Amino acid sequence: MTSPNESVLLAVRDLTVHHGQLKALSGVSLRVAEGEVYAIIGANGAGKTTLMRTIAGLHSPTAGTVLFEGRDVTGLRPEKRAAAGIVMVPEGRRLFPSLTLEENLKVGAAYARKVRGTSGGPWTIERVYETFPFMKDRRAQKTAQMSGGEQQQVAIGRALVANPRVLLLDELSLGLAPVIVQRIYDTLPQILESGITVLLVEQDVSQARRVATHLQCLLEGHTTLEGEPGDFTSGQVEAAYFGSTGPGGRPPVLPGRGPDQTTLSDPLKTGEL
Amino acid sequence: MGWVNAIIQGILTGGLYALFACGLSLMFGVMRVVNLAHGDLATVAGYIGVGLIAATRIPFLWAVPIVVVIMAVVGYVLQRTLIQAALRRGELTTLIVTFGLSMVIENGLLQFFTANSRGLGVNESIATASFSIGSSIQVAWLDVIIFLLAVVVLLGLQYYLSSTKYGRLIRAVADDREAAQLSGADYRHVFGVAAAIAFATVALAGMAYGMTTTIDPTSGTDTILLFAFAAVVIGGLGSLWGTLAGGIVLGVAQQIGAQLNLSYELLAGYLIFLVVLIVRPQGLTTRGSQS
Repeated sequence: MTSPNESVLLAVRDLTVHHGQLKALSGVSLRVAEGEVYAIIGANGAGKTTLMRTIAGLHSPTAGTVLFEGRDVTGLRPEKRAAAGIVMVPEGRRLFPSLTLEENLKVGAAYARKVRGTSGGPWTIERVYETFPFMKDRRAQKTAQMSGGEQQQVAIGRALVANPRVLLLDELSLGLAPVIVQRIYDTLPQILESGITVLLVEQDVSQARRVATHLQCLLEGHTTLEGEPGDFTSGQVEAAYFGSTGPGGRPPVLPGRGPDQTTLSDPLKTGEL
Repeated sequence: MGWVNAIIQGILTGGLYALFACGLSLMFGVMRVVNLAHGDLATVAGYIGVGLIAATRIPFLWAVPIVVVIMAVVGYVLQRTLIQAALRRGELTTLIVTFGLSMVIENGLLQFFTANSRGLGVNESIATASFSIGSSIQVAWLDVIIFLLAVVVLLGLQYYLSSTKYGRLIRAVADDREAAQLSGADYRHVFGVAAAIAFATVALAGMAYGMTTTIDPTSGTDTILLFAFAAVVIGGLGSLWGTLAGGIVLGVAQQIGAQLNLSYELLAGYLIFLVVLIVRPQGLTTRGSQS
């Protein structure tokens, strides 16, 4: 669907991140083109969330750069990145529990990105209410009293009213029933249509393959697979996910777009899970 | 009539205690900082008032807003430098840092102003005027004014936090500063603004205290900080109206203690404080099991 020549909105180059002594990411790169749904998959502890948090500015990398709209934002504080157009829906939703639903959205809109030549961006609180119909009647309610699925939708709404250029969705489906997850993913086309590019992290591989235009698999901080979802068989994705060896005894590194073709450090290692 | 008098005086004193306490409560509620220099900063505000009036001969009522603004600026700067640096190293570090600040302030005041106590020297007749209820109860206008000031300050804080855009941001940052950052808020600046507001109330508390009695370099820790802590604990942390309730309970307990025997005044206040800690550690107005 996308070619390397298309305009790259967000690029990560050779990112290495440590948590204390632990190396969470080693030399991960990615290029997200405008309008894409770029999915990062991987098992627990693969470094997916660390990658997202580093892109959002909550972790400082030991090495590597984050480029946004061609600009190096590696040293930028998270609030500055949000104002520039990188907005994340964090893992665990992280709503403000003592605020009402509408107040949560208002905080999200407080520092919304200014879109040149217009009075505001495409996303307003009203539009969020239209997209997620349950919200309007319950806008005065504290979010702590809502179900996990509802909270997740509020978290997405809070990010949307900031009018991001790229929306980072970290583990949307965590702890939610499949039917709820499906309902949330059903809003994805609307988000894309408004000109927002999506970078998401998903543990559920089949879900990720369904929605993604580009797929990248992490294993223990390394990229093990990268390309368009149609390029791979389920077996190949599974091998990249769990780190088992491919048919020829070689690590399952597969061709794809992008600058990095990291190989597995130890093909015999198996994933956790 | 002695008991009725004790209760009325206690309620009015409670307003002053609530004024002591609301800045402490706000700092803890928003940034989880227990500011042990809280009382000394109120004393500093009192001394700034004394110095300002002595140097410029401006009327007392003019001095109040000037001291409030000075303390608000001090609050913002202290938060963005010393307290923020301590917060980065963990919440417990702020205890040590503000304790150190308290000692520095106390000894600095001793050095420059000696241990002699001073009053704010208000000449206005309102400072000594009183009215009587019935035949035996005398109520000082000053106490009534300070009580009303406390109510107005608490109402204003309540309104600001619940109904303004920036107040909402302060609550959001208090809930989850990382999530607030992801929404584009610089939590360090929000903390600075919250500290400025807290220090403005500290300035009012220090000036009010300097009017009702005299201040000396140790009154910050000996009186203001302890009463503020007691009022906050009795009323319940993080609740502004609880702070007023706590101040009133403390004030009434002290006055009733004094009614029994003058030397029981402080004892009665701390007994109530201990009883609340044992029976209702979450405070009178806060619901239990709040995270």
